[in-house]
Amino acid sequence: MGTGKPKADLLPGTLDMMVLKILTRGHLHGYAIAQLIQQLSDDLLRVEEGSLYPALQRLELNGWIEGEWGQSASNRRARFYTLTPDGRKHLNAEATRYRQVTGAVARIMGFA
Amino acid sequence: MRFGTSWKRFRLRLRYLARHSERQRLLWEEMDFHIESMAQDLAGRGMSEQDARAAAHRKFGNMTQKSEEARATWIAQWMSDAGQDLKHSFRGMRRNAGFTTFVILIAGLGIGASSTIFSVVNALLLRPLPFRDPESLVWIANQEWSTQVGVYLDLRERNKSFSNLAGFAGYGVGDSALTGTGEPERLTSVPVTQNFFTLLGVQPAIGRSFTVEECQGRFSTPPAALLSHGFWQRRFASDPAVVGRKLTLNNKPVMVVGVLPASFDFASVFAPGTPVDLFIPWPLTDETNRHGNTMKTIGRLRPGATAQSAQAEFTLLAKQIGSQHPEWNGIMPRLSPLNRHVSGRVSPALMILACAVGVLMLIVCANLSNLQLARLGARQKEMAMRAALGAGRLRLLRQMLTESVALSCCGAALGLVLAVAGTRAIAHLDTFNIPLLASVRLDGEALGFTLLAAVLTGVLFGLLPALQVRSFAAGEVLKDGSRGSSAGRRQAWVRNGLVVSEIAFACTLLVGAGLVMRSFLRVLDVDPGFQPEGVAALRINPSFRLSSLARQNSYVDEVLQRTRSLPGMRAAGLTDVLPLRDDRAWQVSGKGQVYPKDRHPESFVRVVSDGYFESAGIRLQSGRGFTERDRASSEPVVIVNETLARTLWPGQSAVGQIMTQDGGRRVVGVVADVRHEALEKVGGSEMYLPMRQTGDYSAMNLVMRTVLPPERLAAGVRAALNPIDPNLPVRDFTTLQELVDKAVSPRRFLVLLLAGFAGFALLLASLGIYAVISYSVNQRVQEIGIRMALGASATNLQSRILLHTLGLAALGLALGMAASRALTGTLGSLLFGVTSGDPITFIGMGTLLIAVAAVAGYFPARRASRIDPMVALRAS
Repeated sequence: MGTGKPKADLLPGTLDMMVLKILTRGHLHGYAIAQLIQQLSDDLLRVEEGSLYPALQRLELNGWIEGEWGQSASNRRARFYTLTPDGRKHLNAEATRYRQVTGAVARIMGFA
Repeated sequence: MRFGTSWKRFRLRLRYLARHSERQRLLWEEMDFHIESMAQDLAGRGMSEQDARAAAHRKFGNMTQKSEEARATWIAQWMSDAGQDLKHSFRGMRRNAGFTTFVILIAGLGIGASSTIFSVVNALLLRPLPFRDPESLVWIANQEWSTQVGVYLDLRERNKSFSNLAGFAGYGVGDSALTGTGEPERLTSVPVTQNFFTLLGVQPAIGRSFTVEECQGRFSTPPAALLSHGFWQRRFASDPAVVGRKLTLNNKPVMVVGVLPASFDFASVFAPGTPVDLFIPWPLTDETNRHGNTMKTIGRLRPGATAQSAQAEFTLLAKQIGSQHPEWNGIMPRLSPLNRHVSGRVSPALMILACAVGVLMLIVCANLSNLQLARLGARQKEMAMRAALGAGRLRLLRQMLTESVALSCCGAALGLVLAVAGTRAIAHLDTFNIPLLASVRLDGEALGFTLLAAVLTGVLFGLLPALQVRSFAAGEVLKDGSRGSSAGRRQAWVRNGLVVSEIAFACTLLVGAGLVMRSFLRVLDVDPGFQPEGVAALRINPSFRLSSLARQNSYVDEVLQRTRSLPGMRAAGLTDVLPLRDDRAWQVSGKGQVYPKDRHPESFVRVVSDGYFESAGIRLQSGRGFTERDRASSEPVVIVNETLARTLWPGQSAVGQIMTQDGGRRVVGVVADVRHEALEKVGGSEMYLPMRQTGDYSAMNLVMRTVLPPERLAAGVRAALNPIDPNLPVRDFTTLQELVDKAVSPRRFLVLLLAGFAGFALLLASLGIYAVISYSVNQRVQEIGIRMALGASATNLQSRILLHTLGLAALGLALGMAASRALTGTLGSLLFGVTSGDPITFIGMGTLLIAVAAVAGYFPARRASRIDPMVALRAS
């Protein structure tokens, strides 16, 4: 983002899925989610804040995550998100779908 | 389960919508935290704190935009914005109830007036006439008047432009006595040709139209009648069984053959101000031909023909008919499309009214703009705050416009109520001599117009303040109180400009209304040739037939003698036509005079008894009036008016001359001209025949000059005439004053509306001045305090403010006067007896405007002079 590196073109819905997956680790605020995604992908995937917050709004609106105001480590007010049971179900369904799609793509590309 | 989830989602969405602004704030906070954390991380990597923060902000980009994007997720942005603005507006309206009421009231009055005028214009000028294919209908006038029956028949036979011609009587329209069952009543009946309804495309609602046989009898004894819808409802309680029944009309049985539909309103199209009860067949015979020019003609064009081509044909035909029938009255056909004939007379007045109401709306907008600006002044901080919080200029502009449109729509709701009342009132002005007035109503088109007017008004009056918002958005407002800032000065300039334009507009309206009103007074001052005050008229056609001249004369003698013996009676006489009512004309010439056919003099004919000139107040200029001795046995005599005397015997005395009428009549007197057509129009030639020497007339009107009020008179006349004719209905008196009032009613209509508009404009302009001056006083309380502390006297201050007010007024006045001078020329025919640059009107209205401006400026000035310097200086 902004570094000149071409942005990784993700399959649609991937960001939502990753956010849900990250949240299986416990309740986290937006900044932590962005940081984790970046770290876990070895700096390959960088989440644009501009897409993260709309995504969080979207997920919450669908009842897959729940936001709650709390204190951050630096003692500031921050909004922490947790996965709901509905969200967990959605994550499983999305993960299955994603595996099928990437598997199919890999077969076509001759990776498998 | 599935249902449960969607229900939950729906509830969540609802909550999001409901707590919209709350969420907005939280989202900002959340993102703020994000930036903060990012900055801290960067700082941890060795960046200076300030650089870190700047970098974080850079990375995060425009926070407002992000938040907007996030928000766009759950609702279409625009809808949300509009909803938010509306909510804002309504909250503002509630908070500022006084301002809101005022704006709604002013906008409502303005919009109400424009919708009403639009409805009138729509009914009279825009909507097609209520006939089948009204575009092909043509009015065929003889110059401006009627045609002789024989000429009509010939024209109908020979022309090729029209598929058919039809007509109705312009003379002999009038009342018949309905007796028999129920109370005796005088009815207004109109003789029409057999094909009249067919030609217009009007089908009787019940029954049929006249047959050819029914149109062949005697003029005075029609065998059949068609009822108008209104009369049928009123007299017969909408009983369909009345068709086929016989009524007793003028003591003769008349068969009701049909009832006309409610949509056919003859009176409003052809005879405004005269409700018509029934239609009788008009036999086109030698008898009716002898009545002279009495036929009002309409024609339906063949496909392909136009009024112009028909005009050419008729001009030619008129020449041929004239040379073949020298014994008939000549005709100078003048053709015009029917709709132009019907509403052409009132269209200039309507155009003026439409323009006036447009100007009025501009004043309303200027006034509301000014109010909105003043209110904006009080809301500067709010606006600046919103701008600082990231509301874009466009967004603020939109909010202002939404507010003003919402306000003017509320005003339009009030305006609609007013317009409904206004159109009702106008539609019921049935004594007004204006066509189609009864069909004025608030319809779908008028509703559309109102909505359009509301939105336009809102945009127009909201635009200036909305543009002004930009200068607040600069943020300087937050820092200083705008006093003396460039934005404040610009604003004062705009506000002064608005007031000046209000005054200028009001000035043009005032001058226009003033000119029309002065014309109206001049018309009322016109000497009509008769004196209408205290004169009552009553139709007294005897219910029995006057079989001979001797019988008729004894009836006349007895009626006059009995009427004159009533207490309080000054004079009484008989006439066949009343002034300003119907007319008929004959060709006339002096003995031994020969005129070319196309320049043959014509004269209106009145058949009158002795005492008529005295009772109507028509002055005798020379010779003598009629007496009881002018009878069938004595020498045939005639009295002419001054115009006819001048026409036939220029430079000579008319008295003693012989006219060729009826084998020679001696002129025994000359009377003053009577304005018979309209008060504004000089009357044409007239001649009076003694009633006792002729049976050639169709109605008998008793004209009485009395000191009694008409109601008291009625009982006396009934008692007096009862022995002669017990069936004579004597309830419906007309007074000559009523006839005059009706003749000037279109002018009165215009004057009333224009004066109302001008008054409203004056009020608005004075409010505008008051608002601007008191606003500027409020803004300058401190300055005034300092001035006073430094020794300025109260009077000094007061006169400074007054001078400022008068300066604005004078500028507006100068502009308005110049515009008026340029525009009043378009009043044209509406002016009478005054020039379009009438100095009295201009000076009078200018003085009025300046006086009102001075009063409006005086109150704030007085308030300013009473400011306590200590309080003012301590205040902020």
